[in-house]
Amino acid sequence: MIRMENVHKAFGDNRVLQGLNLEIPKGTSMVIIGGSGTGKSVALKCILGLIHPDSGMIYVDGKDASKGDRDAFLARFGMLFQGAALFDSLTVWQNVAFRLLRGSLKRPTEEAREIAIEKLRRVGLKSDVADRFPAELSGGMQKRVGLARAIAAEPEIIFFDEPTTGLDPIMSGVINDLIREIVTEMGATAMTITHDMSSVRAIADNVAMLHGGVIQWTGPVGQMDASGDPYVEQFISGSAEGPIEAVR
Amino acid sequence: MNPISALGGLGRAVLSLMAAFGRVALFALDAISHILRPPFYPREFGMALLNIGWLSLPVVGLTAIFTGGALALQIYAGGARFNAEAVVPQIVAIGMVRELGPVLVGLMIAARVTSSIAAEIATMKVTEQIDALVTLSTHPMKYLTAPRVLAALITVPALVAVGDIIGIAGGYTVATQNLGFNPAAYLKNTVDFLEARDIVSSLVKGAVFGLIAAIMGCYYGMNSGRGAQGVGRATKGSVEAAAVLILAANFVLTGVFFSL
Repeated sequence: MIRMENVHKAFGDNRVLQGLNLEIPKGTSMVIIGGSGTGKSVALKCILGLIHPDSGMIYVDGKDASKGDRDAFLARFGMLFQGAALFDSLTVWQNVAFRLLRGSLKRPTEEAREIAIEKLRRVGLKSDVADRFPAELSGGMQKRVGLARAIAAEPEIIFFDEPTTGLDPIMSGVINDLIREIVTEMGATAMTITHDMSSVRAIADNVAMLHGGVIQWTGPVGQMDASGDPYVEQFISGSAEGPIEAVR
Repeated sequence: MNPISALGGLGRAVLSLMAAFGRVALFALDAISHILRPPFYPREFGMALLNIGWLSLPVVGLTAIFTGGALALQIYAGGARFNAEAVVPQIVAIGMVRELGPVLVGLMIAARVTSSIAAEIATMKVTEQIDALVTLSTHPMKYLTAPRVLAALITVPALVAVGDIIGIAGGYTVATQNLGFNPAAYLKNTVDFLEARDIVSSLVKGAVFGLIAAIMGCYYGMNSGRGAQGVGRATKGSVEAAAVLILAANFVLTGVFFSL
């Protein structure tokens, strides 16, 4: 389980997180929604330790996330970045097997390559892309490779940062379905950030609405449409009228 | 202008400059400490050796040969004013080995390697590849900075040695083909005149310049701003800083080696 308690983070005068409280039960899929610049990515990066919160506590399975063996901590996570963040200088299979080629999870090269190709197949890519470079792939294919890399070491916790941004509706649907299938199949705890309501409905067990640096509403995805929360209602409807200012 | 506010402005500028030096010094110490501690990344080190060393050879060779040739012509023309044309071999040798070889190679490396390192790392930062490295349990300083700094530390002195030899060869070619020098006498004068201290200073300068070039590329890349503008600024800043620091370090090292 991941628990964030009263987390604050400011960048200069910009107070992004202002007492964020959030719980993600083990083995569930939490989707965080909210407008651009509301701190969704900051919250996610705080959990991973990529950004250090100014105050507040973050626990993973009851342990303080900022303490202990950092490599062992990070080995439990997989992450799909918004732009896939594939390493340009490495081939597709070397990207997918990155963690398996070095560090504590190191395997023999042939075995790592086999695992990478199997993970590529799992995300719907043929083995012939394995030796290509990321720049030779389309945006949708890069996202799938990023997804394959995120799951390559079979992590317990997977983060998805805007998994469908920049993709056409069909490819978005494919990625959403893949994420749902993989999270269910692996029994992983998942945290997704998105603006895309079709992704929310496809991926989420629970939804949290982040606005003003705090969680405005959280609950099961089935209750989202009838939440009664003006922030959630405005976000779902995409209306310019409501508590969320259209011009920010 | 109020003298107090002018003084305040000067103080802030000095403090800001000192803080920048401090940040670079801490970054350099961190980079060096990562060279010494495992894990090591031999593939990245090999790629850095190739990019910084081998692929810089053409530009270093061409720069050195033209500089050596021009130096021979200038010394001959200048020496003719007081009947000292015969010193061409000695002055070309000492000029190339002590100063022009290391400085020109250092500046070429700043232009070619520092800019490339800064642009590559800055782009990785902008596209979240650095964050991705961290989430994949890989320390960016170990994976990106340490191999490049070590490779520059090893290859730039070698490039300087190659540049010195090619520069002297350029001078030799011009002097023997155009200025009527005897080839055997030219070589003998060159070898006899150079001292061990000249060669050691050249190689030490190469190592220091390599260190500066790689560290400035990595520092500016790791600290770049967002977007294409951030990458551009990082690249430009890294080359400017590396070039100025190389010239300043050259002055200090020349003083250390030859003023004592």
